Amino acid sequence: MGTTLTAGELRKGLKLEIDGEPYLVVDFEFSKPGKGQALYRCRLRNMITGSQFDRTYRSGDKFTAADLEEQQMQFLYHDGKRYHFMNTSSYDQLELTEEQVGEAIHYLTENQMTDMLLFQGRPIGVSLPNFVNLKVTRADPWLKGDTAAGGTKPITLETGFVIQGPLFIEEGEVLKIDTRTGTYVERVK
Amino acid sequence: MGERELLAAKRAHLEFRARILQSTRTFFLEQGFIEVQTPLLTPELAPEPHIEPISAGDNGLLITSPELYMKRLVVAGYQRIFQISPVFRRGERGRLHHPEFTLLEWYRADADYHVLQDDCRKLLDWVCKAAGRWPGWRYQGQSLEIAGEWQTLSVRAAFRTFAGWDPVMEEDQTRFDTDLVEKVEPHLGFPRPCILQDYPKTQAALARLKPEDPSVAERFELYWAGIELANGFSELTDAREQRIRFEAARETRSTMGCPLYPLPETFLDSLAHLPPCAGIALGIDRLVMLLADAENLDQVVAFPPE
Repeated sequence: MGTTLTAGELRKGLKLEIDGEPYLVVDFEFSKPGKGQALYRCRLRNMITGSQFDRTYRSGDKFTAADLEEQQMQFLYHDGKRYHFMNTSSYDQLELTEEQVGEAIHYLTENQMTDMLLFQGRPIGVSLPNFVNLKVTRADPWLKGDTAAGGTKPITLETGFVIQGPLFIEEGEVLKIDTRTGTYVERVK
Repeated sequence: MGERELLAAKRAHLEFRARILQSTRTFFLEQGFIEVQTPLLTPELAPEPHIEPISAGDNGLLITSPELYMKRLVVAGYQRIFQISPVFRRGERGRLHHPEFTLLEWYRADADYHVLQDDCRKLLDWVCKAAGRWPGWRYQGQSLEIAGEWQTLSVRAAFRTFAGWDPVMEEDQTRFDTDLVEKVEPHLGFPRPCILQDYPKTQAALARLKPEDPSVAERFELYWAGIELANGFSELTDAREQRIRFEAARETRSTMGCPLYPLPETFLDSLAHLPPCAGIALGIDRLVMLLADAENLDQVVAFPPE
């Protein structure tokens, strides 16, 4: 069980448990008629499904803080169906489905360290460092005079993820990728 | 940005604020008012169901409003007084709320809330002229005007129009507060200020009931651009009735689990001698914010609260 919070403690960025699911307060507004009751107007986002809704709370309303925990976990391998991770201090292992891993599947290589977000002990999200280095497994040779694609071409990374990158990139090179935007940053020597 | 740069960037707003304070003082002095100062630390406050004082420990409480002290001055024969004072309310923090803010409060003996409404018209006209905001200006993209007739709405009419029910007939405090914020206030005070008056008697606070219709109290609020600027009333001068209301407010606080404080006995004693009078409090920070076209209060005070 998370700690109990009062309406006065509501603010942007707070994480609450509502009907058994974790929610993030993405927007918050305090309003109060001079002599009347305070209203705490919140926009809440479900941290699992991403759906949002607005709700107004009043003084006296009580909440449970979402029982969230972040653990450093290393990605071990993908067995074709599931993604296996290990906590490097406790050696506990976890299996996640592709859906649970989400966007991070594009950037996961063996031994990659991740921040795993757990809600009541259950993994609900994997976050990666802002930048990862990935090897190019396919990059069609650059034909001189070929500027059709505006100076970029598709590049396949070792994870199977395809990005757009500069024409000079060749197979076997290592690239720095921004995991927040899924874009090429630079070549890594 | 470091603090020095932040404060330097606020200079235009702070100078503007100073001009508004200055012109406010001039306005009242020219009308024969005396500027007073009353304590910020007090042993007694008017119990309010939804206003939380901040304790100063052994030294008492920080005032949530200077009204009790100012009425004690009116009792002693000070006919026209005003004050610009910091006040303190626990837990209020938002775009339009600071736990410490500045109230302009004024009292007139032998006057009722209509006289105060007239004061408001003259004061805002005067201040807008001094601030270069006459006949109007733009606030956050909307045209606001000071020159011209103001709208006056009863609470009953406003709720019937914008919320679809009559709060004088139906008593529902929670629904009232929610609808006021979400359905009524957003319509009030465009482009000129609006007076919302005659509150249900259950929300009279320290106001007297209307002699010709005791289901409502002679209380009004001033709105501009959807923002509550001032709250005034024809003061209740009946000490017995005031004690009953204070006890009821204390009872409400008790059921909500709020801290309880002793009733303001010194004030209640003096109330027996209070002449007919009217008093009002206006939020200076909010007025400056509006006139300065600032989005929130933080921008118009040098050091916003954490």
